[in-house]
Amino acid sequence: MNKSIRYRMQRVLFYLLLAVILFYLIFPFYWAFRSSITPNSEMFTTPLSYWPHHPTLEFYREVFGDRLFMRSMLNSTIVAGSVTIISLVIGAFASYALGRFNFRGRSPVLYIILAMTMFPQIAVLGSLYTLVTRFHLYNTLPSLIITYLLFTLPFTVWVLTTFFQTMPKELEEAAYVDGATPFQVFWKVLLPLAAPGLVTTGLLAFISAWNEFLYALSFIQTPENRTITLAIFTFNTNTTGGFELPWGKMMAGTMIVTLPLIILTLIFQRRIVDGLTAGAVKG
Amino acid sequence: MDGKAATDIPIETPKSQPSRIATLRGSQTRTAWFLLIPTLLVVTLVALVPLIQTVWYSFTNARLASVQPTHFVGLKNYRYLLHDIAFRDSIWVTVKFTVITVVIEFALGIVIALVVNSNFKGRGGMRAAMLVPWAIPTVISAQMWKWMYNGIYGVFNDMLVDKLHILNHNIAWISQPNTSLPAVAAVDIWKTTPFVALLLLAGLQVIPTDVYEAATVDGANTVQQFFRITVPLLRPAILVALIFRTLDALRVFDVFFVMFSSRASTQTMAIYDQQNLVSFSDVGYGSTISVAIFVIIGIFVVAYVTALRVERT
Repeated sequence: MNKSIRYRMQRVLFYLLLAVILFYLIFPFYWAFRSSITPNSEMFTTPLSYWPHHPTLEFYREVFGDRLFMRSMLNSTIVAGSVTIISLVIGAFASYALGRFNFRGRSPVLYIILAMTMFPQIAVLGSLYTLVTRFHLYNTLPSLIITYLLFTLPFTVWVLTTFFQTMPKELEEAAYVDGATPFQVFWKVLLPLAAPGLVTTGLLAFISAWNEFLYALSFIQTPENRTITLAIFTFNTNTTGGFELPWGKMMAGTMIVTLPLIILTLIFQRRIVDGLTAGAVKG
Repeated sequence: MDGKAATDIPIETPKSQPSRIATLRGSQTRTAWFLLIPTLLVVTLVALVPLIQTVWYSFTNARLASVQPTHFVGLKNYRYLLHDIAFRDSIWVTVKFTVITVVIEFALGIVIALVVNSNFKGRGGMRAAMLVPWAIPTVISAQMWKWMYNGIYGVFNDMLVDKLHILNHNIAWISQPNTSLPAVAAVDIWKTTPFVALLLLAGLQVIPTDVYEAATVDGANTVQQFFRITVPLLRPAILVALIFRTLDALRVFDVFFVMFSSRASTQTMAIYDQQNLVSFSDVGYGSTISVAIFVIIGIFVVAYVTALRVERT
């Protein structure tokens, strides 16, 4: 009797703790959502309503009607998409070499790649800035596509290498016995098997490029070329009439930008967790 | 990383054909380097050359879009850096931020990891919820929190003053100097704790359950089990996550810049550097700061790696 009460108490405490954690993780996101559907008349009155009395989609209409904001969505898609494809293509070659070949100089290359995954972006900002201006790429999307490779490529190579290493050797041995060349082994045998790894690393590369801010802030000047993080940031500087920032519209914008990411993350959650831990734990 | 063991492709070759082995080995090496060319080219273009260039610029008076020719100025920039109070302040802000966030993220992260590691209904949903803060771009989570911190219409003031009556007046969280650092740290903690928890969770799941069963048989209670089994076995995962988090926190830029712009009292090292490089086009002095940041981060890496080595021996 006593024991079962104690057990029940423990269970209750456990679920209470669970609820607190869940609340902590979700509440800021909920609040942004609540603010995105709360009309200004309720948004800027106290006491606050935790759920709007008259929910509105007005802010969403405003965001979708904002040509520059939609343009920045497109820009981010172009930049993050290109960076992801480039990283995957050339990263797959490199990680095939690093994961399946034994050659002189392999270890140094691997260490350079690992060191670069922790490379502080700010350390080369000045040089990249001069590089970008010298090649007349300042205020263009290619300036971001090229410089983002600094953080997406080493990460892709590192994670894919650990992925290639875990594949059983017998597969390619059989192919070699049948007279296949290394390239054939790569295309026909290993790459199809690496597909899940490519999806994971691609997704992680896409997210990190989509979220980048420092280089976008430094290399992009005009509103038409802004990426999405810059567009969200510049809400800080344009007040619409009143003294408050356009919080409702900003929150609607954040919802539109993050929902695709969250949906993708939830679909691929297992693989993302595996990819993140492969990138970190196995180091 | 084990450098050699993983990739040795055994090639069955009769002993009578040594030259064939040599050509095969040679062609393997050639193929490998051939495959590496694009990656090495990119790495050279966007990392190695810029890094060397940064070091070179740090000894010059280089300015962007300037008619003045760039010339070598020796240690002038470094001498100036030593007496630069603004930079010293930015180091202090960054280090304080790093210590606060890393400590709290690990304390909270281990609690969350332990909770999620136990058996309960809806565990999958919980793991999914953990990825939500992680998936949101830092710039966006900073804006979301900035709105929650709002002095008049922010939800924090509403909760603490009107609902819970913990405070008796509203607080301007972001503009007050004594609350601005905790405020910005809270955003980073919210975003990154789940990441830390996931790394620790991966470490926890590797620990075999029979170790705990044996300890229970021997009469060890939960607290003893935590400190005698969980913590020691989790150590490698903790240290790796610690290095990652510290390096990330030391180069923090986004969350500070969104919340405070480039306000002098809350500049991190990265913000101060970006201001010099881009806003003032002072590539020479900015590069000197870059080198300094690189060295400071390097010191932390060396310290951690040494600590790791000492522990292993």
